[in-house]
Amino acid sequence: MLRIPCPWCGERDVGEFHCGGEAHIARPSGADTIDDDAWAEYLFMRQNPKGSHHERWSHAHGCRRWFHVVRDTDSDQVLAVYLMNEAPPDLPGRSS
Amino acid sequence: MKRQRFRLPSGGRIDRGDARAFSFNGRRYYGFSGDTLASALLANGVHFVGRSFKYHRPRGVLGSGAEEPNALVQLGAGARTDPNMRATTTELFDGLRAASQNCWPTLRFDIGGINDRLSGLLPAGFYYKTFMQPARLWKLYEKFIRRAAGLGRAPTERDPDRYDQQYAHCDVLVVGAGPAGLAAALAAGRTGARVFVVDEQAEFGGTMLAESGRHIRIRDTSPDAWREDTIAALEDMSDVTVLPRTTAFGYYTHNFIGMLERLTDHLPRAEAGNQARQRLWKLRAKEVVLATGSIERPLVFAENDRPGILLAGAAREFVNRYAVAPGTRAVVFTNNDSAYAAALDMAAAGVAVEAVIDLRTEVEGDLPRLAREAGIPVLQGYAVVATSGRHRVTGVTVMRLNDAGDGVSGTARKLRCDCVAVSGGWNPAVHLFSQSRGKLNFQSEMNIFVPGESVQAARSAGACNGSFSLAECLKEGADAGLAAARVAGFEGADAATLAAIEPADGPQRSLWRVPSERKDARMFVDFQNDVTTKDLDLAVREGYRSIEHVKRYTTTGMGTDQGKTGNVNALAIVAGSLGAEIPAVGVTTFRAPYTPVTFGAIAGRHVGGLFDPVRGTPMHEWHVQCGAKFEDVGQWKRAWYYPREGETMRQAVDREVRAARESVGILDYSTLGKIDIRGPDAAAFLNRVYTNAWTKLGVGRCRYGLMLRDDGMVMDDGVTLRLGENHFLMTTTTGNAASVLSWLEEWLQTEWPELQVYCTSVTEQYATISICGPNARALLGAVAPEMRLGGDVFPHMSMQEGMVAGVAARVLRVSFTGEIGFEINVPARHGRAVWDALIEAGAPHGITSYGTEAMHVLRAEKGFVIAGQESDGTVTPIDLGMDWIVNWTKGDFIGRRSLNRSDTAREDRKQLVGLFTADPQTVLDEGSQIVERVSEAPPMDMIGHVTSSYYSPNLGRSIALAMIRSGRGRLGETLYAPMPDGPIEVTVTSPVFFDPEGTRLNG
Amino acid sequence: MAEPGKIRSALAHCAIDGVVAKSGLDASISEQAFVGKVVLRGNPSDSEFLATVRGALELDLPLAPNTSSETPPVSALWLGPDEWMLICAPGSEAAVVDSLNAALAEGHSTVVDVSDAYTVLRLSGPASRTILAKGCALDLHPRAFAFGDVARTMIAKADVILHQTADETDDGGPVFDVYVARSFADYLWRWFDKIIN
Ligand SMILES: [Zn+2]
Repeated sequence: MLRIPCPWCGERDVGEFHCGGEAHIARPSGADTIDDDAWAEYLFMRQNPKGSHHERWSHAHGCRRWFHVVRDTDSDQVLAVYLMNEAPPDLPGRSS
Repeated sequence: MKRQRFRLPSGGRIDRGDARAFSFNGRRYYGFSGDTLASALLANGVHFVGRSFKYHRPRGVLGSGAEEPNALVQLGAGARTDPNMRATTTELFDGLRAASQNCWPTLRFDIGGINDRLSGLLPAGFYYKTFMQPARLWKLYEKFIRRAAGLGRAPTERDPDRYDQQYAHCDVLVVGAGPAGLAAALAAGRTGARVFVVDEQAEFGGTMLAESGRHIRIRDTSPDAWREDTIAALEDMSDVTVLPRTTAFGYYTHNFIGMLERLTDHLPRAEAGNQARQRLWKLRAKEVVLATGSIERPLVFAENDRPGILLAGAAREFVNRYAVAPGTRAVVFTNNDSAYAAALDMAAAGVAVEAVIDLRTEVEGDLPRLAREAGIPVLQGYAVVATSGRHRVTGVTVMRLNDAGDGVSGTARKLRCDCVAVSGGWNPAVHLFSQSRGKLNFQSEMNIFVPGESVQAARSAGACNGSFSLAECLKEGADAGLAAARVAGFEGADAATLAAIEPADGPQRSLWRVPSERKDARMFVDFQNDVTTKDLDLAVREGYRSIEHVKRYTTTGMGTDQGKTGNVNALAIVAGSLGAEIPAVGVTTFRAPYTPVTFGAIAGRHVGGLFDPVRGTPMHEWHVQCGAKFEDVGQWKRAWYYPREGETMRQAVDREVRAARESVGILDYSTLGKIDIRGPDAAAFLNRVYTNAWTKLGVGRCRYGLMLRDDGMVMDDGVTLRLGENHFLMTTTTGNAASVLSWLEEWLQTEWPELQVYCTSVTEQYATISICGPNARALLGAVAPEMRLGGDVFPHMSMQEGMVAGVAARVLRVSFTGEIGFEINVPARHGRAVWDALIEAGAPHGITSYGTEAMHVLRAEKGFVIAGQESDGTVTPIDLGMDWIVNWTKGDFIGRRSLNRSDTAREDRKQLVGLFTADPQTVLDEGSQIVERVSEAPPMDMIGHVTSSYYSPNLGRSIALAMIRSGRGRLGETLYAPMPDGPIEVTVTSPVFFDPEGTRLNG
Repeated sequence: MAEPGKIRSALAHCAIDGVVAKSGLDASISEQAFVGKVVLRGNPSDSEFLATVRGALELDLPLAPNTSSETPPVSALWLGPDEWMLICAPGSEAAVVDSLNAALAEGHSTVVDVSDAYTVLRLSGPASRTILAKGCALDLHPRAFAFGDVARTMIAKADVILHQTADETDDGGPVFDVYVARSFADYLWRWFDKIIN
């Protein structure tokens, strides 16, 4: 069972959290003008990598805050945690 | 005291003053406190304890611990019976009842034994090949296979025992309390770290418990004295938790360890009392020290599975720990020095050791020297090529090995014996390390897999690390314990190395299959699943190359023992057949649990009424007292309907539905989700999460809203009230209360952080009582005399605050039934009192409490949809015919763009319609598929399905809502719901069945 | 008419008060009904907001996660980086709400009375930590969770707010106040009951 480090509450069991999937997916503005394919790309297409993955998590049963986690989907190692308004940190030697 | 023929006159760790009676296969025996079932059986000369899984061959005790593949028994009876319990780890208690498994009618005369004669017909993959085709006969095959498949019987009654669970955290977990584990725990504990030390056995000490103590010393004292001192020191440390009878069975992500503590399994029923039977520990360790020891591997030789043939280390443990002679005449068969200790200890206990048969031509270690000095004959460069005896081994045949080790020659010598102690070397118990995802390295000198680099915060020490000498175990353990504590943030001085005196071992010789002159002799590799060398060879001949495939094809390592004794032998034999090196073939994955875990322990206290939270409203007790039947809506118990004496459900619901339309009905609506939304951007926020516009809604007014996901599909709906310029109260469906709040938070925090809005759940702050019907206004007037309820001052979709039954209330004039309705919200503590007051005041009107079923009928009569019933995550508002609620001009909202995707704009999507059955008394099943044309048999083109279906007493006929392909263009069409008893004819209608003009709402 | 005195707590239907463990676990449990509870949300980096709250309640909101502060009769529990629960005597919640609403009229904040939305199960006695740990995955060792500490977490399958209000060294301590949503109170009470009895 994973431990997820909440930026506020510290490490808690994964059962307290909700994983919101891949992070940094920009919601297209001016949605009326973009074509179906671009909208579908936003709605449905995800990377699902083996390895480093930028994810959104919410401490759903705790402080209820959303934040970012970089997690290795293979080893489950948490590589970085950063806030919603922060840019992803540089993780040398890893591609996202 | 009843005689125990094979009990040694002295020694052992048993309590001879505490005799225990037990029964095995109906016969009564005696053993002692400190015995396992296996040692007690052997003390009584019972070696033949079970039959094998596939061939039903007689089998005896092979090991002395968790590795045991053969001695599986059914323990106890009735609701408390447990199948597949290892006799070697079952502590003996007074009154224990055990029986053999996998045999019928008796152990000695077993009909399934015919399989053994037919073994030529039951090769690896037999079941796979034989029962594949034709598929339709599978049901028949399955019955046959299930009966043929053996092992124990699961209890059929409810488990009467209680099971505890406990979370725990520690700095250092030490798994295993043998010499390495004890040294590790002591070193870590001395730093002040929080330490857990666990061992599966009742007593700490591991292999030390099996020692005679004659040949080894620790720091000038006996190993047992050191053991006792160490345990006492650990028990004195306040932050050290000492857990015997506790198996660390699973090593999961981020150093989460599952451990099973057996609290009462070793006690007679009367002593167990009301205690929990077992406790599941869910432990999070900063650092883990694995000191799990090693498991002896058998030699693979001809006819190696007869009762009386056991592992040498086990023989030794039976002699030294349990004071049991495994036989009267023993032969030892080995490829390494360790078995000589068994020979010496058996000889010292008075067992006649006929010979040590050693595969090696050169034997130089200390123990063999001692054996020779003790006069034990040693046959070097010899092999056992056959054994005899039906229910117990009676002798072995030995021949000289050739130099290559692949053949035998010379005269066959027969040796009489009733016990053969076998050793093929020792495998480090790397199970937990492997579960932690650490990779294993192959160490070719001893042909063992040892832990490689750790992936998690774990380190291995002692035999599980491939370090078998006592001195190495003590040193590695102490080093690992201290290092782990230091990493966890504690300080400690290096301890002096413990001096240990012990015999030095010589090298071993690995012969993965011991040759025999008889080519057809069976050599068992996996005892529990009856996998022989021939099965492995067949798998290789048939083209299997991956060990994972060979495992599944032959079932080697797939028993309840998970191949603890057989896996490495199997791997090496497959490697040999493939002409490959062992590490190239790889090793099968070790999976949790290390040993079986009861379902009871996994369920813990989450059973019965605590299986899941049961949520009740502030008026719940009233519903119970009034005999309501309840419906689960998520975790809520909602009153479903209130049957009166002698009423059927239909009669009760019809009565409730009529009352709501004819006079006044009252509904407990407290489960509705309620979210307080406040901030300068609250209205702008609602504009983005609902499909309609909110800016112009007046204070004190309500509006219905529909919420979509960004893919355009309906997610939830509800009425939202404006309490102030920047203040709203949103309601959600019962089931979505939590998820809608999370949804709002998600958008606010992740997508629109610039919006100044706070959302707070107030679902449970208020009791919500809904009254509706022509007399609703009169009823409210009776309990709220100060409120002005006229349609002009209190119109539909508005709110007033005032006193209701003496309690400050917020009253919404809303309706989910099409009747005049009021929703009364009061703080939850007052809910019951206000409810009671309404019931009392409504008596003159014949007020009728109605449940969710009547509510569903009432709303369905009006064609009101329920999110999650008409919609299922694939339905847009346009599909529901709710285009009217989509505001295209207010700007973007969640889901807007998706409503114009080519797929969501298709003309032939499923659309909401009503259905009338040809026979008005026929009520369709919800979920029924709808077709245009009925064929003889499926498949038929399914063009839709029924989402809601009821009998409407107000219409005097059945009604149904359905999602039908291009439904709105089919009004008046005849369609069919094919059912097992024949198709039901239906006509497509409008989904609004009752009062389509809405005149009653303002009546 | 409803009798105004006929209020019912979440666990009014259970005989709960002062239940003492029979299982050998030294602890007791009771419902602290009708304690005043007010959710306050605002920007913690807005010094004016903090000062306004201080002015209204003479209380410094705790800014460190999972902590609490107290100026009798009001205490504040940290629930999130911009969220607190104010705890006050039964019946005084309306006054707390009113004074905050008046003080915080300017700026962006919210004050919500949730006194009826939650109840409080008070667990006290030496075995409290062990009892909690049967359903709570938090590290509850005194080194990790001590007097004044707060956590929003789960016990069994119920969301709770855990607040340690007395220490081991206190008489009858330690004491934990477990805040639980009203409709989960029955479940949580039965959960504790199964463990201690
Ligand atoms: Zn948090």
